[in-house]
Amino acid sequence: MPTISYIEGVTAAIREEMRADPRVFVLGEDVGVRGGVFRATAGLYEEFGQDRVLDTPLTESAIVGVAIGAAAYGMRPIAEIQFADFILPAVNQIMSEAAKMRYRSNGSWGCPLVIRAPYGGGIHGALYHSQSIESIFVGTPGLKIVAPSTPYDVKGLLKTAIRDEDPVLFLEHKRCYRWIKGDIPDEEYTIPLGKADVKLEGTDVTVITYGLMVHYALEAAKNLKDEGIHVHLLDLRTLVPLDKEAILEATAKTGKVLIIHEDNKTGGFGSEVSAIIAEEGLFELDAPIQRLCGPDVPAMPYNALLEREFMLDPQKIEVAIRELAEF
Amino acid sequence: MHKELGLTEQQVLEMYRYMLLARKLDERMWLLNRAGSIPFTISCQGHEAIGVGAAFALDRTKDWLCPYYRDLAMVLVFGQTAKEQMLAAFGKRDDPNSGGRQMPMHFGDKRYRILSGSSPVATQMLHAVGIAYAGKLDGKDHVVFASCGEGSSNQGDWHEACNFAGVHKLPVIFMVENNQYAISVHVSKQVAGENVASRAHGYGFPGVKVDGRDVFAVYREVKQAAERARRGEGPTLIEAVTYRLAPHSSDDDDLTYRTKDEVEEAKKMDPLQRFRHYLFANQLLDPQQEEELNQQLDQEVDDATEFAKKAPDPDQQELYRHVFA
Repeated sequence: MPTISYIEGVTAAIREEMRADPRVFVLGEDVGVRGGVFRATAGLYEEFGQDRVLDTPLTESAIVGVAIGAAAYGMRPIAEIQFADFILPAVNQIMSEAAKMRYRSNGSWGCPLVIRAPYGGGIHGALYHSQSIESIFVGTPGLKIVAPSTPYDVKGLLKTAIRDEDPVLFLEHKRCYRWIKGDIPDEEYTIPLGKADVKLEGTDVTVITYGLMVHYALEAAKNLKDEGIHVHLLDLRTLVPLDKEAILEATAKTGKVLIIHEDNKTGGFGSEVSAIIAEEGLFELDAPIQRLCGPDVPAMPYNALLEREFMLDPQKIEVAIRELAEF
Repeated sequence: MHKELGLTEQQVLEMYRYMLLARKLDERMWLLNRAGSIPFTISCQGHEAIGVGAAFALDRTKDWLCPYYRDLAMVLVFGQTAKEQMLAAFGKRDDPNSGGRQMPMHFGDKRYRILSGSSPVATQMLHAVGIAYAGKLDGKDHVVFASCGEGSSNQGDWHEACNFAGVHKLPVIFMVENNQYAISVHVSKQVAGENVASRAHGYGFPGVKVDGRDVFAVYREVKQAAERARRGEGPTLIEAVTYRLAPHSSDDDDLTYRTKDEVEEAKKMDPLQRFRHYLFANQLLDPQQEEELNQQLDQEVDDATEFAKKAPDPDQQELYRHVFA
């Protein structure tokens, strides 16, 4: 059972799918000769050549728009947006085109496309290399959104996303790329979209989160265990489709829910999760639903102190869980 | 002229038939809109020579279209029928473009390799490049034809598509149907520089300006561009100049920004009339044949209208179909 990093999970999934299916190809900025600025596509150019690992002009809308055309034709493009912060020029192509292709053509045309986007902060990336972007897209039916936390999940979910008949936005947390390592099986596996994962079974406080915050919450939970606070931790893994059943089950486990995300609070994905619990799980609650999120400021600053102030961390999470446990 | 281009008499008459059918369908849709039978229509009047000239110059068995809302004549040549246009106009269940989901003239038909389009303009230019690139990966020799108006040629996606196709020498024909107006804004306020065609130089491929009211001129340029593309020499930009004879859409009042005189003057150069004169001058059509053709097409439009009126609406539950996330 080999141990790999989060980013190696990305590379392995793409490589396996490219070997298995000649329709799969990669396009984006610096993905070819350079192997990606984060090295997510390292070695693919050498193995599959320049036509299937395509260095594009520096134009995000074109990366996605060209991929949509190729996908409609019958290919399975994987488009890399170098930093999620730079996805905005491609939003019209994603929302108006990719997400609506099947619906508007009454099922005639599909768009089997994966858009990979490294997101998130804590890497001294300042305002425009640190953002979380999921809240822009979660209210767009026609788009699946995946945000994994472990190498095992990255590999299994990315393979499923590549095989999906419809567009998937695949959000990779940059801080996890080399920091998070994990075991994967030797044999091939995939993970279905729309299934959350219980990371910890607990009785006192339920934490619902995704991405990097899963690891911070795990650390906080470890510290709180000595105080006798047992955390139930749910990793959503995919935001769309959302595993509502798992959210309601996790709510019922403790009756106290803390939703955590790095994205800012107002209009963030936590409000959707919170509304679901309020609508369908209210009578399971013993305390008001709590959200611990990034602050409502325009973006994450470069200065280390300011960045730390913006970012959540295990200590902040620990405090929030303790407060909720004591309610 | 048509002999020089290698077109037979029969092909020329067929071209005229498509142009006239498109015009008659378009005019009927305006009547239906004004009578309150359909909520919306958007016009191809003045664009028929571009649509037909281009479609005849392409290979209808393998080439791809990424058209826009003024390309009714083009999609008719590629295979869609009068009945299907009316099904779309009425938004009926069996509308092949979208099953009554999209506004009329938002074409998309897998049978004929016409990629589904949207209303935000010029997005399809990038899709055309993607289809061309996929063809290259797949070892196919299809040409992708993408069209839009001169207003749309100012969108970022348009420029990104030209550049991308130029870098990779992809078999794409970029057609800009310059009808002088982007809704109300005249081309003089839309396009800086000499013209749209000259922009091609910056992307490393030829750009040509052609009289979009001359069906043979359009045919010639598109044919050359398609041959160039199939030889692996890359894209071509064609600016076909015409005049939009109708308001932008059924919701527009064009006399708020242009004069009746200007429109009347343009009607003197109506591409359909121009083609008609050519046919008469070359003894390809006589008054009796014309009468028969008019009757035939009027009947076709009548039948299509009645058919679509009676055709079933989509079931309300269709709202939830083709939803995967």
